[in-house]
Formats: sequence, C-alpha cells, structure tokens
Amino acid sequence: MTSESVQTFGAPSPAGKLRDWAFVVLLAVLTSVGLVVLAALLIDTAIDGVPSLSFDFLTSFPSAFPARAGIESAVMGTLWLMLVVAIVIIPLGIATALYLEEYADRSKWWNRLIEVNIQNLAAVPSIVYGILGLAYIVRGPLDLGRTVLAGGLTLSLVVLPVVIITSREAIRAVPPSIKEGALALGATQWQAIWRQILPSSIPGIATGVILSLSRAIGETAPLILVGAATFVAFNPTGLDSAFTALPLQIFSWISQPNEDFQSLAAAAIVVLLVMLIMLNAVAIWLRNKYQRRW
Amino acid sequence: MTDPEKTPEPAVEQGEPGQVPPIAPDEPRAPVAKVIHHDVIDHAIEAPVFETEALSVAYGGKPAVLDVTMKIPQKEITAFIGPSGCGKSTILRCFDRMNDLIPSAAVGGMVRYHGVDLYGGDVDAVQVRKRIGMVFQKPNPFPKPVYDNIAFGPKVLGMKGDMDEIVESALRRASLWEDVKDRLKDNAFGMSGGQQQRLCIARALATNPDVLLMDEPCSALDPISTSRIEDLMHELKETVSIVIVTHNMQQAARVSDRTAFFIVDLSAGEEHRIGRLVEYGPTDRIFTNPHDTRTEDYVSGKFG
Repeated sequence: MTSESVQTFGAPSPAGKLRDWAFVVLLAVLTSVGLVVLAALLIDTAIDGVPSLSFDFLTSFPSAFPARAGIESAVMGTLWLMLVVAIVIIPLGIATALYLEEYADRSKWWNRLIEVNIQNLAAVPSIVYGILGLAYIVRGPLDLGRTVLAGGLTLSLVVLPVVIITSREAIRAVPPSIKEGALALGATQWQAIWRQILPSSIPGIATGVILSLSRAIGETAPLILVGAATFVAFNPTGLDSAFTALPLQIFSWISQPNEDFQSLAAAAIVVLLVMLIMLNAVAIWLRNKYQRRW
Repeated sequence: MTDPEKTPEPAVEQGEPGQVPPIAPDEPRAPVAKVIHHDVIDHAIEAPVFETEALSVAYGGKPAVLDVTMKIPQKEITAFIGPSGCGKSTILRCFDRMNDLIPSAAVGGMVRYHGVDLYGGDVDAVQVRKRIGMVFQKPNPFPKPVYDNIAFGPKVLGMKGDMDEIVESALRRASLWEDVKDRLKDNAFGMSGGQQQRLCIARALATNPDVLLMDEPCSALDPISTSRIEDLMHELKETVSIVIVTHNMQQAARVSDRTAFFIVDLSAGEEHRIGRLVEYGPTDRIFTNPHDTRTEDYVSGKFG
C-alpha cells in the first residue's frame, strides 16, 4: 500500500451510519418494553392503592367492612416469617457453602451429587416446596400445624438453594492467596476460614441473604399450601401461632367481589413493594459499600 | 498423554527416600540428565537449616521435580534460579509443606529442618508453618488494617506479650514502621505494591520465624521497591535464614550467598518436563566459574 492511498480514508457511508443508528434505536426500544410495562403496573397500582393507604390501614386488622380493614396482622405475620427464614437460612446456607467451597473433595461422587442437586433445587417451583412443607412440616413427621414456624421453615426451603449458591460465589470471590497467606502463617484451615475468608466474604453473603429474604417475602403459593389463614384478626404471638402474610392478604382481598377490597389489595401491594424496595436497597448499598477489587 | 504403560510410575511414595522412578530407561541417559551436587556432599555445611535428600515432587503422578539433594545454610541467603517450570518454587514450597494444599501433589525423599524430618508421620504441617515464614510472588495482605495484618500471625500462635510492641517490632524489622506508624488503622489495600510486600514480610516476621521463604517476592514490583526489599534482605539475614526463588539472575547475584541452579530436563520427552538441580554453590563461584556448561549458558544469558 502506498502512502497516497493511505491519505484518503473516505467519508463514512451514509448507509452504514443509518444502520448503526437504527440498531441503537432498536435496542433502546426493546429495553424500554420491560421498563414501560413495569412502570405502568406500578403507577396503576399506586393510583388504585395510595388513596386507601393511611396509618389506620397499617394498624388495623382485617375486617368484613372495607372501611375498617387493615393489614397489621399480615405485616406482623410477614415479619415473623422473615425472622424464622433468616434464622434458618443464614447458618445453614453459610455452612453448606463453606463445606462445598472449602472442604468438599470434588473427586468424590457424593459431593458432586450435592452440588448438582442444589443447582436443581434452586429451579424447583415454590409450590412444590409448599407440598413438601404440608406433608412433612405441617403434618407428617414434624407435625407443627399451621403455624409461623411451619410457614417459615417451608419458605426457608424455597430460598435455601439460592442462599447457598450466592454464598458460595461470595466465598469463591476471595482470592486463594488470602487463604494461602493465612495458612503460611501457621493458621489452621478453620482459623484461615473463620478469621480471613469468611469476614472477607460477609458482604457478598449478606447481599445474597437479603435478596433471598425479599424473594421469600413475596412467596404466596407455598403459604397457601401450608394452610396459612387469610383472615387473621390478631398478631402472631409466637412461633406456634396461626398467621397470615401480606401476599396472602392481597390474594384474599383480590378474590373478593367488593370493589373496595380491590383497592385495599392495591394498597397492600404498595406496602409490600415498599418493603421489597427497602430490602433490595440495603442489599445494593451493602454490595457497593464493601465492593472490593482484589 | 502417551500410552499409559510408558508413563512413569507415580513419582515416589512417602517415606521411601531415593525411590525415584527411572525416566525412559530404554534411552541412554544423556549427560544432560547427570546431576552434579557441587558443595552438597563435598563441602559439608555445618548445621544446615534445611537438608534435602533425593527430594522429589509429583503432581497427579507426574514427576515435576526429581532428586534434589542439598543443604541450606543458616543465616545466609540462598537463591534458587532457573527457567520456568524447573521446580524451584515447588522445592521451596516443600520447606513449609505448602504443597500439602495441592491435593494431587506427592512428595518423596527427605526434607529435614534442623535435623527433623518435615514429612515424618507425626509432624503437623500447621506446626511447621508456624516456625517458617513465607512471602509470595504477589503481595497478599489481608483486606484489613495494617495492624491486624501483622497481629494475625501472633494471635494464631497464641503469642504472649504486648501486641502493640510485637506489631511495632515486626514493622521496624521490615523497615516499614516509619511509613505506616500513623496509619496502622488504615486498610492495607491502600498501600503501594512495594509497601504491601514489605507488610507481608513484616507479617511473616511477627511470629519470629528462623527462616523466611520468598517465592519471587519482587516479580510484581518496580525497581525502587525491589531494591528496598533487597536491602531489607541483607539486614534480615543477620537474624533469619532466607531462601529466595527468583527469575532474575541479577537479583540472585546481588543478594544471595549461595545459588542453586535448576533446569527443565526434557530427556524423558517433551511432555515430561522434569525439574532438576544442576549446580549449587557459593554465588560468586556459580556466576564467575560455573562447573556445569548449562549453568554457564544460563548465567551468561544463552537461554532461560
């Protein structure tokens, strides 16, 4: 190639420019489909629900009269469930993740079996866990009845695989050189894990736990199966108490013919969404605050 | 892989010193594979800190380094040099049983630390590592404050005494105290690479080891940081024995008292790269009057 021909690069072709532009527009339109649908849903719900929102709505029990009905027992039920789920999934999830990442010998078939099963369990529909909960937790061997504990344990089963998977990822994100450094100083494997690897992976694990809780908050199907009541005019008093939960309350009001109940359902959805957004905001905040480049 | 029948037997079983599998026994052993143990047998090193006998390491049954016999003297700097894959880091990692972390690794032959067989049946690898410090290729401080980085080792060891004093003395020995005395609570990740590496040295010194193993400690550092670490090594050898693996021949010539030269032995075929110790002796002799032509070629820059 001579230097003369190099001097003439030529102008960009108008057709090429148009194609580039059209592609960007296409991507933007496709992106906005999801966002617009979501926004429409949120706005519609807010328009229906916000007028019914009031302090009384939050602090009243369900009632046959729409004007007096509220969601206190549902919110309290949901909080109780979250408490049980958190207490169950945090130790179980972290312990399983630590075993699989730090101790399990992958050349052994049973460890690979556990791994594959956990991956698959994460994709099992939640209603299947509901059946399991009904058969083994509400009735069957545990025979806990339709209590907060039974509901919480069932929801824990639903989200446990996700907690394990995200915790494993958080633990794996700690570079092996950290563990090597600790072991080279004469730490035992337990000390290296407990004092270096686990503290370094806590932000990632916490993010996974919170996102799992926010999934558990919205679960309805398993709770219907384990027989949570939909009309509960009292707050749970303990683990052995009957309970309802926000998604169940919403489900129950939606199925009422009275229009006023429909707007109560919309109001309850707004409350549920606010709780979800708060949880996710904490998760994002945690992730950004402790994000580390190794 | 070739025909499995031809593959050498899994290198060596533990506790059978000298049982090194023959490599391609049918082929006449080229003079290249002949290992000369200069200074190892002839000039006895008094009270060596480490002593190896026919030390061999295999990964997944494939020999990686074979038949290393040498004595590492106390309170000197011993450098391991040689081309990539010659097994110098692998041998270094035998000295504090870091190879135990690789499940497929098998160590054969003998390593003695002050006369004690490191791979003896009743020796706990954790106890070995408490006595022997190690610094890695890439600085690996813990993502914690400077203070906590240093204090971790002494805490794990259950060392008694004033922790502030232990931390200060370790940082002083690594000539890092003046740099960090006002930011002991700052995260170690905010330090420069050279400071991080000196922090890792200080961390290793905090438990008062009598040996410091350094696995290419300067390969990720700039020349100024490198020279600071080399100065530091000169100061440290008053109190600790140092074994350093380095890619950098000039560094070995500058810092070390003794140099061991390893090669990659390809006489068993291209797919069997086996590290071997070729020559070991006082650094000035290795660099000015090597006995082995391969050492000469390497130190004069003809390969490697």
